[in-house]
Amino acid sequence: MFDYNFHWRPVMKSLPDLLEAAMLTLQVAVLAMILGIVIGLCLALIRLHMRGPLLWLASTWVELARNTPALFQLFFFGFGLGSFGLHLSPYMIVLMGLTFNCAGYLAENFRGGFQAIPDTQIRASRSLGLNAWQAYTRIVIPQVFRIVYHPITNQMVWAVLMSSLGMLVGFRELSGETQFFASRTFRIFEYFAVTAVIYYVIVKLILGASRLLATRLFRY
Amino acid sequence: MIEIHDLHKYFGSLHVLKGIDLNVEKGEVLSVIGASGSGKSTLLYCINGLEPVQQGNVVVDGTDVHAKGTDINKLRQQLGMVFQQWNSFPHLTALENVALAPKIVKGKSKAEAREIAAQQLKHVGLGDKLDVYPSALSGGQQQRLAIARALAMEPEYMLFDEATSALDPELVGEVLETMRMLAEEGMTMICVTHEMGFARDVSDRVAFFHQGVMEEIGPPEQIFGNPQSEHTQKFLANVR
Repeated sequence: MFDYNFHWRPVMKSLPDLLEAAMLTLQVAVLAMILGIVIGLCLALIRLHMRGPLLWLASTWVELARNTPALFQLFFFGFGLGSFGLHLSPYMIVLMGLTFNCAGYLAENFRGGFQAIPDTQIRASRSLGLNAWQAYTRIVIPQVFRIVYHPITNQMVWAVLMSSLGMLVGFRELSGETQFFASRTFRIFEYFAVTAVIYYVIVKLILGASRLLATRLFRY
Repeated sequence: MIEIHDLHKYFGSLHVLKGIDLNVEKGEVLSVIGASGSGKSTLLYCINGLEPVQQGNVVVDGTDVHAKGTDINKLRQQLGMVFQQWNSFPHLTALENVALAPKIVKGKSKAEAREIAAQQLKHVGLGDKLDVYPSALSGGQQQRLAIARALAMEPEYMLFDEATSALDPELVGEVLETMRMLAEEGMTMICVTHEMGFARDVSDRVAFFHQGVMEEIGPPEQIFGNPQSEHTQKFLANVR
């Protein structure tokens, strides 16, 4: 019934390659998150304060990012743009797809964060002579940041895990690399088992680092 | 000196202030009393430009608050404001709450700003709470923190918008004490208040507002002892 023979040796031999690919996974996820936070913040501010075409654009972005499969979003930047003659590298496809998705989710987190800060905080800041920019950057954003901190951590984890979709557009990040070795050696189970452990460790490290950072950042 | 001429304020179609004329001299303590919705707080918001006005003007030391060319952020440094909901900044310690504006608005060095802040916190009796976050302070302490924060900008005028209304009864006293102390130090103050004892004992003049109109203004003895307007009489009979 169970006569499968495990062969771990090839996996162990290619472990350095897998770890290198894991770094690529982490890199693309971190970049996508940085871009996603910047864009998500802009989308949230547009949705809160603007009207007209920009509002329409921001709302459409958020709607599409949140309500369609992440894989389709990746495919759009790969095959979608490809069919219009715009061919991106696998790295760019994944980076743009992840950024698009993260920005959409983060925009909603930010929007909730902004709405949770009472207007009276701004009034109090302005009454002290702070201009609108100072009130926003010194008083509102730091408080919003605390509210969205844990959702951002979740999104970071999600970005790492979602980057595995990259293997479907030919990107040799951790999953792509695993797929490559697995199909060459036919040790599919072993490879993906080890890779799962690597993902698990990465995520645990992110969560641990986030918790540690939170105790340093938020003393109130 | 604060000069208010024929001030009208609308919220949409709601006429909140209906032609207010009022001068407040340097060193004067003016209490503004009246029922909720009579326009008292709105008057304060108009004085420091947090609300636009539709007619008339407010002139502070010769500068029209609502004129186009006015540097409102600069003018507000002259006008300290304390709110009903004290609005301490929860992510900053007491010291940082107070030091923030001197540092980023007045451009003081960090050390200087912190020194000013420590001094003002001591002034309002919070000298032992410098590194405490607002969440660990009582309502009365947070309101005193808000007063220290406004004082740190060295304003010429202090505007109090029902500074004690949101406090538990046993915490009202400490805030009133602080306001009393400021009045004794010669600060020019406009206090929108429901504390009739404070209005009677501390103010030089008391103004009674009714439905957006300043019905009566005069020394406390007159307003409390011999009110002229029928509305003032009714109001005082009810709050006593």
